[in-house]
Amino acid sequence: MANPGNEACIVGIGQTEFSRASGRSEQQLCAEAILAACEDAGLSPKDIDGAMTFDLDNSDEVDLMRNLGTPEMKYSMRTPQGGAGSVTTLVHAKKAVESGLCDVMVIWRAMNERSQYRFGQPHTAVNPKGLSSTFMEWCMPFGAQTPAAWEALSATPYLERYGVTSEDLGRISVLFRQNAATNPAAWFYGQPITLEDHQKSRWIVPPHLKLLDCCQESDGGVAIIVTRRDRARDLRQVPARLLGAEYAFLFNHEIISDFYEGDLAELANSVRVKERLTAAAGLAPHETNVAMIYDNFTPQVLRQLEAFGYCKPGEGKHYIADGHMNLDGKSPLSPNGGLIGEAYIHGMNNITEGVRQLRGTAANQVKHVETVFMCSGVAGAIIGR
Amino acid sequence: MTRISSANPHRPDPVLTIDTAFFWAAADEGRFVAQQCGGCATLWHPPRPVCPKCLSKEKHAHDLSGRGTVMSWIMPVHPPAHGFDAPPIVVLVETEEGLRFVSNVEGIDPRQMKNGLKVEVAFARTKGGHQVPIFVPAEEI
Repeated sequence: MANPGNEACIVGIGQTEFSRASGRSEQQLCAEAILAACEDAGLSPKDIDGAMTFDLDNSDEVDLMRNLGTPEMKYSMRTPQGGAGSVTTLVHAKKAVESGLCDVMVIWRAMNERSQYRFGQPHTAVNPKGLSSTFMEWCMPFGAQTPAAWEALSATPYLERYGVTSEDLGRISVLFRQNAATNPAAWFYGQPITLEDHQKSRWIVPPHLKLLDCCQESDGGVAIIVTRRDRARDLRQVPARLLGAEYAFLFNHEIISDFYEGDLAELANSVRVKERLTAAAGLAPHETNVAMIYDNFTPQVLRQLEAFGYCKPGEGKHYIADGHMNLDGKSPLSPNGGLIGEAYIHGMNNITEGVRQLRGTAANQVKHVETVFMCSGVAGAIIGR
Repeated sequence: MTRISSANPHRPDPVLTIDTAFFWAAADEGRFVAQQCGGCATLWHPPRPVCPKCLSKEKHAHDLSGRGTVMSWIMPVHPPAHGFDAPPIVVLVETEEGLRFVSNVEGIDPRQMKNGLKVEVAFARTKGGHQVPIFVPAEEI
């Protein structure tokens, strides 16, 4: 970075409670999360001049401005690809504030995903908005209608090539739930599981996915505020510097229905992100102190671990079993409990946890955190003090 | 002799879009096809309005051999798949031509299901009277 004062930093994080039924509108969850992030940063909603969310979010910048009195936006945009877009938001926010498109950018995701609609239930219609690829059309008449089914269909070649067993996947779930059990903000606070619990949980998509391999559909809102480092100096928190944030999406790939290109045992998009991110940030994901890895389903964790360079192909299951990702291991995994243990706010609650770990304020605080890696398949970011 | 399965009488109908209707129309006639580029003859699935290799917009339906290999198989049991009285075996099949399709395998006990299984195309009726391509084992189980 030619001008260190220009560097993007996360200066505020906010969230609502994560629940089965929030009892209020998604617009309100959005507003509450943003207000909490402003309070955390020491900013007013009037300071916000850039906004972004997912294309799937039901609130927009008009709502945000009307609800919070934000006077003027210089930039707003939306990212595609569902939860894979969660870390992508940091790529956009970094470039937006560093280029001067806007000065204070808020990112939010707010959803009543448990009480109002269920992502995990069968999708029986092609998206009427015509957004995204046509993938649903090729799956629906054959009964592949849920994220769990799409994930399992794409993960099976990986799992079988490397002999990954249900117990191997279960150990990932046990780790997430162990972390969630001591995180008061987590849906599964106080509810750790054993490997036996995992094995006894019902089949969702045999022969690989059980109930406890799946993330927790949740109601809630999360917001993140990004600004430049010179501005961040005047604010309330130790800024989380965005050392690098990169996105890569390759020809003929899809997101969760990534069936049509290349060797399905590898995540080609993630490998490319790792290369770019390592060059941009000056360190590799495995050299950071905490790993926030998108965990919609357990197999996704192993495939990303390998693609992002924590271990060699096929070694992910050993990397977990050997304890490297425990809270006291060399690369602790999602100390908040991840999306499986804390909540599934489409990946965004893993970003806020990464920031807390860097600040030293997390419920399950890892010692001596200098850098944190966060990823969601097609995007990765490294934050540092 | 093309096999027609009615094992799932409530199977969802295909959704026809401008770029993909030819595939489902062919299936209604008992043909398993893929888009072939009129410019460079490359086969593509899923179909697309422009050939990403030569950028031609010329294209036609090309009959496939109907033979392929299972790359991946699953059985969505919960929540139950819409339109299926019993959990289907969902597969990703790679055809002899090197194209991949999401489909079903019928006529096999799930306990005998395996990746690498050789399969051949058949057709299954949907609730609205259409047909979609599915697969059956092409080898002795």
